Amino acid sequence: MKYVDEYRNQKDAEQLLRAIHRRATRRWTIMEVCGGQTHGLLRYGIDEALADVVELIHGPGCPVCVTPAEQIDRAIELAERPDVLLTTFGDMLRVPGSRRSLATARSTGARVRAVYSPLDALMLAEREPDLQIIFFAVGFETTTPATALAVQQAARRGLHNFSLLTAHVRVLPAMEAILRSPDNRVQAFLAAGHVCTVTGQEAYEVPCRRHQVPIVVTGFEPIDLLRGILACVDQLESGRCEVESRYRRCAHREGNPQARRIIEEVFEPCDQPWRGFGMMPQGGLRLREMWREFDATSRFTETASICEVDDRCRSGDVLSGRIRPMQCPAFGKECTPDSPLGAPMVSGEGACAAYFQFHPTIQNAAVDSPGRKT
Amino acid sequence: MCLAVPGRLVQWLDRDPLMARGWVEFEGVRRECHLACVPEASVGDFVLVHAGVALGIVDAQQAEQTLRELRAAGEATSPQFGEDDA
Repeated sequence: MKYVDEYRNQKDAEQLLRAIHRRATRRWTIMEVCGGQTHGLLRYGIDEALADVVELIHGPGCPVCVTPAEQIDRAIELAERPDVLLTTFGDMLRVPGSRRSLATARSTGARVRAVYSPLDALMLAEREPDLQIIFFAVGFETTTPATALAVQQAARRGLHNFSLLTAHVRVLPAMEAILRSPDNRVQAFLAAGHVCTVTGQEAYEVPCRRHQVPIVVTGFEPIDLLRGILACVDQLESGRCEVESRYRRCAHREGNPQARRIIEEVFEPCDQPWRGFGMMPQGGLRLREMWREFDATSRFTETASICEVDDRCRSGDVLSGRIRPMQCPAFGKECTPDSPLGAPMVSGEGACAAYFQFHPTIQNAAVDSPGRKT
Repeated sequence: MCLAVPGRLVQWLDRDPLMARGWVEFEGVRRECHLACVPEASVGDFVLVHAGVALGIVDAQQAEQTLRELRAAGEATSPQFGEDDA
């Protein structure tokens, strides 16, 4: 695939690994924010190849993982109404709420369907006028334009049977929360390329200066990741602290003005609880007043869920980079992708799933001796 | 979930600013995508698609520049990756 395959070249990767080793005079701690990047780093073994010079800690950029359990409970409650068809991304289906996942609820009769895009949910609303189509909207700024566009198109097409259960999140408040934390160890960030395709990178200047932390925007292919890491190491070694892009083919400084405008027309920032983090100031988005008719929570009265999450799951510590997945006592034992206690073990972007899938020693340890402490 | 895939815009279907759509080809597979965020895209451009929506146009010149740097670094005795990319 053009613009993908060229960035998987092994010779280039080896060059970059050598360059990083040459440049580093000590071991640096770098956080990749995005779960898609975590999977790339683990899949290509980049974390292992650089272990002596770079400690990569994995950030909270997995929208499915940070969606609060009570929001999943709410989605299940809505999906169980006889007049509702609840749609969401496939990743969301197996994530446990406080008691059940959407997939379990579906097996007992709730109407739940995975869609590729919120705009596909809009097509369902057109096709099924007797059903209320709710889109359970999760995702960072990469995904928000699609949801905002769906709302605007629904209004244009007069589709009054379409609404949103919103759990959209914003990446910058999470990065700031990590930097403010007293036990923060992050010395540089790899920022998520496709978030920046939308938002641009100007907003990163503030945390970069305030916390003196280099922020390098990069992509998801091994060459992109390695170029991003080299740029971080280069800044750290030379005592610089800047926002820069190593993903210029896809992310411009100002982002995409049209996409930003569409988001701003439909959504406004709000305080939002993040699973594993607690309340994140300005960490979420809600529909602006003029679009409230598309808000499923105001359209349908619902009982407030009382929610207890399984306390064996340490997803909050994993998502904030305090512990690695295998430092959780439940990892690979009570908690596996087949029987997950928490979202990071389910999601295609979850750090726990990445370790379970790609980290050979961890996997062998978990499989060979289930009682072993890792 | 934040992955976005580059595909080649092969045909515009609707130029309305809100309903904009077109055919985008990914490795020979065509899919209808929403183009409201890339009104300036031309047929032949590669667009970056996530959840059915094109989020941006891939900058061919910047992509070429990155590959040139990689090749230059490969040939140099002491590679200085990306010095002019900052």
